[in-house]
Amino acid sequence: MTLRSPPLSGVHEEADARFTDFGGWEMPVEFASIREEHDAVRSSAGKFDVSHMGEVTVSGADAAALTQRLTTNDVTALDPGEAQYSAITDEDGVILDDTVVYRLPADEDEEFLFIPNARHDEEMTERWVAYRDEWGLDAAVTNRTTEYAMVALQGPDAPDLLRPETGVDIGEMDRFDIASGVVAGAESLVARTGYTGERGFEILCPWDEAEAVWTALECQPCGLGARDTLRLEMGFLLSGQDFHPEDEPRNPYEAGIGWTVKLDTEFVGRDALERADAEGVEQRLVGLELVDRGVPRHGYEVTTGDGDHLGHVTSGTMSPTLGEPIALAYLPAAYRDPGRSVRVVVRGEPKKARTRTTPFLDR
Amino acid sequence: MSFDVPEDLRYLESHEWVSVDDGVARIGITDFAQDELGDVVFVELPDEGDDVTAGEEFGVVESIKAVSDVYAPVSGTVTAVNESLFDEPELLNEDPFDAGWMLEVELADEGELDDLLSADDYADQIA
Repeated sequence: MTLRSPPLSGVHEEADARFTDFGGWEMPVEFASIREEHDAVRSSAGKFDVSHMGEVTVSGADAAALTQRLTTNDVTALDPGEAQYSAITDEDGVILDDTVVYRLPADEDEEFLFIPNARHDEEMTERWVAYRDEWGLDAAVTNRTTEYAMVALQGPDAPDLLRPETGVDIGEMDRFDIASGVVAGAESLVARTGYTGERGFEILCPWDEAEAVWTALECQPCGLGARDTLRLEMGFLLSGQDFHPEDEPRNPYEAGIGWTVKLDTEFVGRDALERADAEGVEQRLVGLELVDRGVPRHGYEVTTGDGDHLGHVTSGTMSPTLGEPIALAYLPAAYRDPGRSVRVVVRGEPKKARTRTTPFLDR
Repeated sequence: MSFDVPEDLRYLESHEWVSVDDGVARIGITDFAQDELGDVVFVELPDEGDDVTAGEEFGVVESIKAVSDVYAPVSGTVTAVNESLFDEPELLNEDPFDAGWMLEVELADEGELDDLLSADDYADQIA
């Protein structure tokens, strides 16, 4: 299968980036070193090419109704220029994808944009179209993934870097606000969103103007390696790893994003999630820190001190900021309490670990 | 990108180096290997007195993104372990041929050295 390339591939090659296949896209994983890039975002600023993320717009008279019925959060709570984190679930309440739904700052009709994860853009577009037709709703659904490039500028210095490059009054923007405006000459959407826990922006610009935006934002280029360590310190989910409809089928309550489920709205999976909410879930995504030396990684078993199976790690790393090995693992719900003693089996050796609340980093 | 390949060392295809002084072999990973791994965050090594066997794994190096076994270029008994790596695994990135050495081994069979790559051969391999 041919890998899809972001519009900035040539720029990244010139910067000597290393690349990886991520969700069918050939994306930069590392420019300098993961640690350097991670530290830049925590202490100053870094920029990420996240053009592998999908962009799907939904417009027309029933745009809100359609998106409301296909996402767990309440899109009617959004004013123009606001966004929300949400989940997309199947009839059984299993997470198919997580997404940010933006209500675009349009003057006239309601228009929504949602951001599926890499590789999910076509599937989610088809899903929206199929349900639109089944329900007879009036909405245009358009996959714009290769129309929009996406650059994430993240870190405490992000506002100072972006301000001179745009007419958008970014000082007025709250978290999860989105505004239209020009960035480095490119007609763009500027959102105060991100995946790192830092103050930051995600800029959606035309695919063929990505280089102007990228180049204008002079700071450390960062790859998906640093994006992963940054998001994990915040306890944010990674699609395909912390949830996956076949390999790791989880509902939002298990995955720790039950707050995105608004049971007073109608959506696919609502009835199953109402039952899950009433009955409680058996397993829950829990934060872990290793007490013994070692690095917890995806797939490692978690046991009691006596060696009884409890669950498994879905994401783990050595936290560059904390200097501690941290992980997310699905464990029996009672282990949600911080300070519970468990073991993470690293290459056959049970290593002492304890549960802790997420985010791991106070932000 | 060019990597440091000191002339006076011998190498394994799996990117370990060895130097020999008076029957004792010092072992580490190469500049190329540390660059491929990225930021090293954890090192697992045998204890003094353990035996290692040429071609077999003797430890693990973990970077933020990857887990990698390390292989013994020669057989013998471990006489010293670089314990600084437990607290400062980043020494493997910063100085792989000197401060980042991993083990010292009393050679069981000096003849095994003949099976290792010269600096030129290793440089060709990573070119």
